[in-house]
Amino acid sequence: MTTQQTTPAPVRPLPLLDRDNKEWWQACKRHELFLQRCADCKTLRHPPRPMCSNCQSLNSEWIKSGGTGSVYSYVIIRQPAHPFFADKVPYGVVLVELKEGPRVIGSMADGSLDIEVGMPVKVDFEDVSEDIALLVFRRAE
Amino acid sequence: MVDRTSLRDKAAIVGIGETDFSRDSGRSEVQLAVEAIKSALDDAGLKPEDVDGMVHIDMDNTNEVDVINCLGIKNLNSFCTVGYGGGGACGSVLHAAMMVATRLCNYVVGWRSLNDRSGRRFGQSQIAATVEGWLSYYAPYGLLTPGQWVAMSARRHMIEYGTTREHFASVALSCRQNANRNPRAVFYERSLSLEDYMSARMIAEPLCLYDYCLETDGACAWVMTSADRALDLKQRPAYILAAAQGTGSPTWVMTQYNRPTLTTGYESVQTANLLWEMAGVGPQDVDVTQIYDHFTPWVIVALEDFGFCKKGEGGPFASEGNIELGGKLPINTSGGLLSEGYIHGWNLINEGVRQIRGTSTAQVEGAELSLVTSGNGLPTSAILLRR
Repeated sequence: MTTQQTTPAPVRPLPLLDRDNKEWWQACKRHELFLQRCADCKTLRHPPRPMCSNCQSLNSEWIKSGGTGSVYSYVIIRQPAHPFFADKVPYGVVLVELKEGPRVIGSMADGSLDIEVGMPVKVDFEDVSEDIALLVFRRAE
Repeated sequence: MVDRTSLRDKAAIVGIGETDFSRDSGRSEVQLAVEAIKSALDDAGLKPEDVDGMVHIDMDNTNEVDVINCLGIKNLNSFCTVGYGGGGACGSVLHAAMMVATRLCNYVVGWRSLNDRSGRRFGQSQIAATVEGWLSYYAPYGLLTPGQWVAMSARRHMIEYGTTREHFASVALSCRQNANRNPRAVFYERSLSLEDYMSARMIAEPLCLYDYCLETDGACAWVMTSADRALDLKQRPAYILAAAQGTGSPTWVMTQYNRPTLTTGYESVQTANLLWEMAGVGPQDVDVTQIYDHFTPWVIVALEDFGFCKKGEGGPFASEGNIELGGKLPINTSGGLLSEGYIHGWNLINEGVRQIRGTSTAQVEGAELSLVTSGNGLPTSAILLRR
């Protein structure tokens, strides 16, 4: 008897939700960009962490970001380094400085490679699994 | 009260060893490790039973148990693992120097062994289906290898200071020229021209193939003892004038995206400050340097962070002949990680020692002060060796 073997399709690496990051990813799942802020000294921080490095408070809160900012830097990946991305090259990854201050990593909507440093952008979301939505940015008018 | 000069001149590297550097060693990482260590002990005129301390870095797949059982080492009074991979190479020298300076150990061995080309390759993502910690904000977007992370920062140096691909190329070309003088180098017989560089395929733009260091199979090791014992042995000692580690704050692993700028390695600046303070000399006194060249843009940043030129001027400094053999500050005289081999910064330490001994294949005449830096863009380290 022969058995047919199919190679499973490569899977996108996904974040493991933990106590420190789950609120970030849950907001993304709702298609909302929320930033962590120290509840005591009001310093914003990213990525989310359990303690404020400014005042060492363990109290945090989340504020909704307006979702706008500008491209601080970007990379165009031309050679894939992970099987999931093998058929996606070339693709862009952007580092966006949000109006509120923190910088976040995201993709460009529609796989666009039309990217410039300083370009104004607005956030959108792409559902990639049941639990995870990722940030995608498009050029703001 | 802190005394930052307390380690100055207390220790010396008295033996160095290494295996061949290749794309396929044909041996296990354990075998490579013990070959390199034995070679370092032979170089020093020591036996395994003399060894009573060991240091290695966290990303190594070999450990004290493997090494002790192969070499027949009798006992270790002190042993430790230094963190942050390529950032920890010179940090290992620092920890070994502390072991001998305190008289806890007589002879400390440090080593690094990896089949990084035939085995698990750092340049290919090893990332699993689910990702934890800081990486979880980057990997899902396909930003998941060191080269890709560094490319993000490199573009900022181009934007803020006008650094160009030609500037990056000058680093790659200098290292290759030195590799072409070194029969042990992987690229001994392969030259590299500016045309080759400018027409090379882009990997993670703005980085191309020649901005990336090698992936290599091999191992390097050194033996350290206290400064007063060092003269009893076979080789000219390379004294540790200074050794330092640093992190800066906030600190990251090659993804410093929420620091005020991405064009300074705060960890390198802190390390350099401590190094010069401990040494009692400055960058202007250094004769030769091995600068961690995982990626060409970080060499340019390191030249700035260690004070060889002003912030933002690393590109012109590199491209105006300063870093070539014969220039003001020759770098990576055995070919570096870019062209000799990638032993995670450990081959740079061996070459730094050779420059003190006068035995380099690209010897800087009369070199008295030899700097070696470790991986920047993450918690890092550096050492300053002297004759």
